[in-house]
Amino acid sequence: MSRIMMNRRKLLTIGSVAGTSALVSGCDAFDGVLAGRSPVRNFMESTANGLSYRVQRFLIGGHSLAQEFAEADIRQPMRPNGITAPADDTYKALSANAFADYRLEVGGMVQKPLSLSLVELMTMPARTQITRHDCVEGWSCIAKWTGVPLSQVLDLAVVKSEARYIVFHCLDTIERGLSGEVKYYESIDLVDARHPQTILAYGMNDERLPVSNGAPLRLRVERQLGYKMAKYIRAIEVVSDLAAFGFGKGGYWEDRGYEWYAGI
Amino acid sequence: MSEPSETQEARPKAGKLIYKQTLATRLTHWVWALSLFFLLLSGLQIFNAHPALYIGDQSGFAFDNAVLRIGGERTPDAGRRGFVELLGTKFDTSGWLGLYRDDNGIIQNRAFPGWMTIPSYYDLATGRVVHFFFAWIFAITLITWLVAALVSGHFRRDILPRWRDIRALPRDLADHLRLRFHHRREYNVLQKLSYAGVLLVLMPLMIATGLAMSPGFNAAAPWLADILGGRQTARTIHFVTMLLLVGFFVIHIVMVLAAGPINELRSIITGWYRADATENEER
Repeated sequence: MSRIMMNRRKLLTIGSVAGTSALVSGCDAFDGVLAGRSPVRNFMESTANGLSYRVQRFLIGGHSLAQEFAEADIRQPMRPNGITAPADDTYKALSANAFADYRLEVGGMVQKPLSLSLVELMTMPARTQITRHDCVEGWSCIAKWTGVPLSQVLDLAVVKSEARYIVFHCLDTIERGLSGEVKYYESIDLVDARHPQTILAYGMNDERLPVSNGAPLRLRVERQLGYKMAKYIRAIEVVSDLAAFGFGKGGYWEDRGYEWYAGI
Repeated sequence: MSEPSETQEARPKAGKLIYKQTLATRLTHWVWALSLFFLLLSGLQIFNAHPALYIGDQSGFAFDNAVLRIGGERTPDAGRRGFVELLGTKFDTSGWLGLYRDDNGIIQNRAFPGWMTIPSYYDLATGRVVHFFFAWIFAITLITWLVAALVSGHFRRDILPRWRDIRALPRDLADHLRLRFHHRREYNVLQKLSYAGVLLVLMPLMIATGLAMSPGFNAAAPWLADILGGRQTARTIHFVTMLLLVGFFVIHIVMVLAAGPINELRSIITGWYRADATENEER
């Protein structure tokens, strides 16, 4: 959904509130108070999402595993969503060369910044898991993911003690607006980053990760919704605060009103 | 209790005001009413993001496990229509579901039309924010009510049907069908059964199926989604339970109107209820 489109709809809605009877436009009544960054909406989002985050962290901590499934449960190809074929020149060049020139940059609050090739990532200890991908839209799809646990990469880079979040910078442009190109980005906390099922996946259903599903490298955070699992990862940045990125909410969709904690 | 005698007027004589609904009952009633209103309309907004329901763990894209789809499609004569596909059978629902004309005359392709959703325009993110905010209020209120009702005896006295309630079931059913209502301090057996069904079955089921859809909660209690038949089945049950709650709401309102809206509303706002004269004489 584009922001311009939404603003147009909002304008139309405001117009319709003024122009039609209360009976016909019953639910328009709440549009104004919930629009954009209204204080009411912010209050509701921070209260409920903060509560969900704290309660779920208490319940599942750092080690409760997401449900894993059997081979027989893989009944269909993994459904791709969002950007499925990045049009960016950098990406297309990397893809044309089968990602031989790809490097994952690991920086920020680490003692040893890294630049890892796909082969280097693939020679690190790997984890394979069959999990259910839950999209924020409501659908689910089961697939097998193979990749290097993010904790392995973080240990190699040695995370500094003041670090709190991991930010994933992506290669794909998700929005071309008046303010220029917006690239996808996401963030998770260190608890999820160090979770055993949190992997940087390069394989899917026993094959190389397809472009539509995020090649060469995508994130799996199995205890959260799909939009947290950034595709086409270019760089990992270890930070103490999310304010400096995008509109400061911790991710492309978070900047557009979605909750930062997507465990629910 | 005495049967209304044949000589009595059809409308029983009004008796004294009695204190029927405690503060706890009245407060929880209105908090639920408010939160269910927002949960319903934001829930339909969320449904619009993927207007299909399935059976099992996942949504079938390469196979068919859908039980319900709502959408818009082109007709052979190059027009457009809205449809609901229930268990493989398609119904034309243009103007109502799948496709509707908004206030500005623009045809919108949406499962539930704007006047049924919060916000009225398509906005999944805000739908979720509203839904989870009121879901917390709803769940906390239900737990508070359950504890208070167990402690105060409201649960045992007014909600759980007793043997003599069950025996009164046929007569109570007949009375309701003839719209003959007894205004008493106690709930009649149909009230007890429907309130118990809503409070102890539908509302907890709504919370359980909601939690079963949460990937975070799923890591804490994978058995919940399993016993509900998988995440997508839980989502389907969540939807069906919503329909049942809406059905309860409709009957509830009809009953309030039929039994005397002023008296019923006064009791759920102030607690005071005017009982039938015959009922008061017994006390």
